[in-house]
Amino acid sequence: MKLKSTLLGAAAAIALASSALAGSHEAQGRDGQLNIIYWQAASILNPYLSGGNKDIDASALVLEPLARYDENGNMVAWLAEDIPTVENGGVAEDLTSITWTLKEGLVWSDGTPVTSADVVFTANYCMNEEGGCQQLAGFADIGSVEALDDRSVKITFTKPKPFPYSALVGSTMPILQQEQFKDCVGVNAPNCTAENFGPIGTGPFMVEEFKANDTVVYVANPNYRDGGKPAFGRVTFKGGGDAASAARSVLETGEFDYAWNLQVDPTVLAQMAAAGKGTVVSAFGTGVERLMVNLTNPDPALGDKRSTLEGGPHPFLTDPAVRRALSLAIDRNLLAEVGYGEAGKATCNVVPAPAIYVSTANDECLVQDIAKANAILDEAGWMPGPDGIRQKDGVRLSILYQTSTNAVRQDTQALVKQWWSEIGVETELKNIDAAVFFGGDQSSPDTFQKFYADIEMYTNLFDGTDPEAYMGSWVCSEIPSPANNWLGSNMPRYCNPEYDALAEKLATTAALEDRAAIVKQMNDMLMQEGAMIPLVHRGSVSAHANSLEGVRLNVWDSQMWNVADWSRAK
Amino acid sequence: MLNYTLRRLMFSVPVLLFISFIIFLILDLAPSDPTGNLPLTIPPEVREKIRTSLGLDAPMWVRYLLWCKQFFINEPLNIWDQWRGTCSFNCEDRLRVVSYVTRSPVVDLIVERMPQTLWVVGMSYVVGILIAIPIGVISAYKQYSVFDQAGTFISMVGFSVPPFFSGVLVIVIFSVQLGWFPSIYDTTLEVVDWETFKMQVKQMIMPVMVLALQTTAQISRFMRASMLDNLNQDYVRTARAKGLKESVVLLVHVLRNSLIPVVTVIALGVPAVFGGAIITEQVFKVNGIGQLLIIGIQGGDAPLVQTLTFIFAVMIVFANLIADILYGILDPRIRYD
Amino acid sequence: MTDTSEITEEKARSQWADVWSQFRSHRGAMIGASFFIFICLLVIFGPMLWPIEPNFIDIRAKNQGPSLAHPFGTDQLGRDTFAQVLAGGRVSLLVGVTAMGLALFLGTFIGVLAGYFKRLDSPLMRLTDLFLALPILPLLLVIIMLFRDTLRAAFGPETGIFLLVVFVIGITSWMHTARIVRGDVLSLKEQEFVLAARSIGTPSHRMILRHILPNVMSPIMVSATLGIATAIITESAISFLGLGFPSDFPTWGRLLSDSTNFMTLNPERVIWPGLAISLTVLSVNYIGDGLRDALDPRIRGR
Repeated sequence: MKLKSTLLGAAAAIALASSALAGSHEAQGRDGQLNIIYWQAASILNPYLSGGNKDIDASALVLEPLARYDENGNMVAWLAEDIPTVENGGVAEDLTSITWTLKEGLVWSDGTPVTSADVVFTANYCMNEEGGCQQLAGFADIGSVEALDDRSVKITFTKPKPFPYSALVGSTMPILQQEQFKDCVGVNAPNCTAENFGPIGTGPFMVEEFKANDTVVYVANPNYRDGGKPAFGRVTFKGGGDAASAARSVLETGEFDYAWNLQVDPTVLAQMAAAGKGTVVSAFGTGVERLMVNLTNPDPALGDKRSTLEGGPHPFLTDPAVRRALSLAIDRNLLAEVGYGEAGKATCNVVPAPAIYVSTANDECLVQDIAKANAILDEAGWMPGPDGIRQKDGVRLSILYQTSTNAVRQDTQALVKQWWSEIGVETELKNIDAAVFFGGDQSSPDTFQKFYADIEMYTNLFDGTDPEAYMGSWVCSEIPSPANNWLGSNMPRYCNPEYDALAEKLATTAALEDRAAIVKQMNDMLMQEGAMIPLVHRGSVSAHANSLEGVRLNVWDSQMWNVADWSRAK
Repeated sequence: MLNYTLRRLMFSVPVLLFISFIIFLILDLAPSDPTGNLPLTIPPEVREKIRTSLGLDAPMWVRYLLWCKQFFINEPLNIWDQWRGTCSFNCEDRLRVVSYVTRSPVVDLIVERMPQTLWVVGMSYVVGILIAIPIGVISAYKQYSVFDQAGTFISMVGFSVPPFFSGVLVIVIFSVQLGWFPSIYDTTLEVVDWETFKMQVKQMIMPVMVLALQTTAQISRFMRASMLDNLNQDYVRTARAKGLKESVVLLVHVLRNSLIPVVTVIALGVPAVFGGAIITEQVFKVNGIGQLLIIGIQGGDAPLVQTLTFIFAVMIVFANLIADILYGILDPRIRYD
Repeated sequence: MTDTSEITEEKARSQWADVWSQFRSHRGAMIGASFFIFICLLVIFGPMLWPIEPNFIDIRAKNQGPSLAHPFGTDQLGRDTFAQVLAGGRVSLLVGVTAMGLALFLGTFIGVLAGYFKRLDSPLMRLTDLFLALPILPLLLVIIMLFRDTLRAAFGPETGIFLLVVFVIGITSWMHTARIVRGDVLSLKEQEFVLAARSIGTPSHRMILRHILPNVMSPIMVSATLGIATAIITESAISFLGLGFPSDFPTWGRLLSDSTNFMTLNPERVIWPGLAISLTVLSVNYIGDGLRDALDPRIRGR
C-alpha cells in the first residue's frame, strides 16, 4: 500500500512537469487501456528470482537491460549508448573485459537518475552466493564489475570471453534500482516482497497493483525517456486458465488485446481466428522438439546402475542402424502440421537457428521413408519375430517412450508409435506431470535426468543467439549420474572426446564464421552419431487484436520488448 | 452438549498437529520440485543453488519444525501486530511462511484470494442448496411424477458432466455466441456503484451456474432419498391421523427429520467452499484459492500447499464438529455422552 | 387374512425372490438395469465386432464428422471415435464400478463401526478427518511414484495401472459415505426396534447385518450412484494429469476432456463420450432407486 501511494504521489507530481515537456508530441496514455492475457500467471516481478517466461515478460514492461535482441535476433543498445565491440574499444583486445556506457539523462520512474552504481549493484545482487539468483549462468566467469564513472561500467572476466554479452543483456537480466533493492541482497532477497512485487524501473510502465499468480495492473511511466510513449495509459496483465481460452478471449470474444504462447491445436486456432477479431502471429527461435536416445541401459534389473555409463550400453539403441531407422520412419512434416501448425517446421538439426549456425548435412531425415527404414533394419539383421516385432539374438526392439504431459506431445507420441510399429518396433508410451518430469527431485524415478526409459521427448533451446553454452550440454562431464546427484544436461549420455575437444575450441574462438563452423560440426556429430533425433523446430505463437498496432513478435527476447511502441489503430 | 463440544475441541489440537505432520510428510515424499517449471536454459548447478537458497537441503524434521514455528507462532503474532499496529517480539526479524515461487507470505496470498473464492464458490453453494432442497422435497413427495423424473434426469446429467466441459460449453454459448457475459473474471473489479455491481453479477453468473449445478445435483439426491425414508415412517402416519394439515406434516415433521443426514452433507461441503473449485476457477480465470492450490502443487511450492491444506484441514475438523452438534440439536435422540 | 393358501405361498418365497419381484415391478429400475446391461455387453463385445482399432491413426481422415465409415466421426489424428468410445467404456465402467465398490465398502464399514460402537467413534471419525484433509494431488503423486513401477512389473502396464487407479480413487472417496452412514446409524441406534432387538440379546454382528444395514441402504445407494460418476470423472482427471493410464489408452473421461477444445469444430466428439457417462450414471441411479425400494420391507408389497 505504502509503495503504491508513494508511486502515485510521485506520478502526480511529475505528470505536470512532463506534460509541459511533451507538448509537441502526442500525449502519453492517449489510447487508454491495454489488456494482455498470459495463461500462466506472473508470480513475481523480479526476473532474478524467477526465470519463467511469464514473470520475465511481466517485468519487461517495467525493467530494462543494457541491451537486448530485436525480432531478427540482432543486438540493439537499450539503456546503453551503444553495443561495445573490440572495434569501438568497448571490449578489450584480449577479450577479458567489456565496458558499457549508459545513455545520457536516464531516470527511474521515481525521477532519480540511473547511474553506473545501479548496474554494479544489479550484477552483485545476482552474483551473491546466498540469493538463489536464477540468472547466475549469465554471470559466469565474471571476475569483477566496477563503475568507472557515473555512466560507465567495466566488467572484467576471469578468462577471455569471445562472446562477452551474456551479463545484463536481454530481458532476463534487467537493471534494478540500487536504492530500492539495497536491503534485499543475499539471504534477504526472498523477503523483500514489496520490492519484488513492485520494482521501480526505467520502462514505459510502472506497477500499480500486483496480485501474485493473478493480475498485474500497470500505469504509464511519466518519466519515460521517449516523449509521447507509451500510447496506452493503463495495462492489465491477466493470468490463469489455459491456452485455448486465452486464444478465445482475443480471437473470439475480443475481451483481450494480446495473448501469449497459444499452444492450441492448429485447426482449432484457425477456426477461432476465422471469427475476424484478431490475428495470429508466429516467429521462430531456437526451440527444437527432439527425441533423446538413451545410449545406456535403463533396465530396472540393474538397480542403481540403471541409465548410467557403469550399467553398460543400451541393448539396441547403440546400434546406428536402429537409430537411423527410427529417425527415417518419422514424418516430421506431418508432426509439425498436426501439432504446431504455423509454429512448427520439420528439422533435422538440434541447432535450427540463427541461420549461420544451421547445418544442411542431415537433411535426409526430412522425408519419411518407411521402406528404407525397414531395409536398414533387415540389413542390420533385425528380423521380425513371431509377434511381428523385430529381434536379434533374443533382444526385441521394444521401446519405452516418455515425455511430459501435454496434449500436443501425446499426439506426437501416438503418431510416432504408429510409424514405429510399421517398421516392427514396439512402443510403450508414458507421460509424466511436467513438474515431476522437469523437476530435480532426487527420490523420483520419473525425472528427465534419470531417464529410466529408452527414448524421451522434450523441447530445449538457448537464450539469445549464441549457442556456446547450449552446445556444451553434451560433453562427457555433463552426463547425469548418481555421483553428481543426477545434475547434468547430457541426457543421451553421449560421450565423445572429439566432441569435447570441439567444445573447448569453441570457448576460445572469437570470429563469428569460425564459431559457426565449429557449431555446425558439433551439431552434425550429434546427429550422425544418433544421440538425439530432432523432430520439429518450434516457434512461438501469439495473437493480438486487429486494433492493436506495433506488435513485433520477438522470440530472442521478451515478447513485451517493444510494448512502448504499441498503440490502438484509429 | 457443552461438555461434549469442549472435549472435542480439546481433542482436535493433537489431531490437527498429527494431520499437519502427515501432510508435510506427503509433500516431502512427493516428487515435485520447485525448480521443475523453470526454463531448461537454467543449468543444473544453478538449480541446485536455488534449492539450497530455499532451505531444501535441511533435513525433513528441521523444515517441519520451522514451518510449525512460522505458522503457529509467527503468523498469529503478525496478525496481532497488524491489528494493534504494534511491533512485539522483534517483528523485524520474524520469518513468516513464505512461498517458494512468489517469495511472499503465504497468508497474504490467501487473504488476497478469499474475496473472489467466497463470492463465486460460496454463492454457488448457497444457490445450489436453495435450489436442491425444494427439488428434493417435491421429488420425494411426488415420487415418480414427471417432476421427479425430470429432476432426476437433470441432476444426474449435471453431476456426470465435469466442469472442464460444462464451463467451456457455457463460455462458447454465452460469451462467444451471445456475448452476454465476460469469459474472464476480473479480480481487480471493486464494487463501488450500481454499474460495477452489475459487472460483478455478470462475471459471476457463469461460474456460479456451473458450480451450482454440481451442488444441486448432489444435495437434491440426498434430500430426496432422506425424505423418502421418512415419508414411510410411522410418525408421519400418526401425524396425518391426528388431522394435521399436510403442509405441516411435510414441512415440520418430515422435513426436519429428513434434514439430519443432509445437514452432514452440507456441513461437510462447507470447507470445500473455502478450498475453492480448482477446475471451475481455472476455466473462468477466477484465480481464487483453488487456482492458488493447483499452481502451488504444479510448482512444487511446498510451504504454500502445506499452509493451504492445513487451513483446509482445520476447517474440515470444525465443520465435522458443527455437523455433529447440529445432529444433536436436530435429533434429540442422539446422545453423545 | 384367514386364507391359509396365500400365507403358505408367501412363506415359500425366499426373501430374495421377494426383493426381485419388487425390483421387477419398478419400471425405472428395469429400464436402468437393461440399459446398463446393454452398455456392458456393447463395450465387452463391441470392440471385437467393430473392425477399426481404437488407436489406428488415419491422418487423412482427421476431424471428420459422422459418416458411414466413422459413425461418430474422427479425432484430430483421424482415430475413429466410435471405436474409442467402445474401448474407453471398458476401462471407464470397470474403474467406475470397482472403485465405487471399494469406496462404498470402506465407507459403509467404517461408518457403521463408528456409529455403532461408541469406543470406535472418535478414532475412526478423526481418521476420516485426516483423509478428508489430505491433499489429493500430492498424495496421488506419492502413491504413484512409490507403486507404479512395482505394480507395472508385477501385473504389466495395463492391469498394474488399473489396480493403482482403482485403489487411489477408492481410498480417497470413501469419507463422505462413512460420515453419512455414521450419522444415520447414530440415530437408528436409538430407535425402538433396535432397543427391542438388543433387549432380547441379539449379538452385535447380527444386529448390524439384520437391523442396521438394511436401514441405511438409501444413503448408501445415493452414494453409489454419485460414486460411480465421480470415479469415472476422477479417472479422467488422473489420466489427464499424466498419473493414470498411458495416453494411448482411451477412457470416457479422457475422451471428453481431450475433445473439449474441439467442441465447436466437431461436436460429435464431445457428445458421445459425454452421453455415455451421463446415461451410465443415470441407469445406475435408477437401479439404485429400485434396489432401495426393493430392500425396504415397508415399501415392499405395497
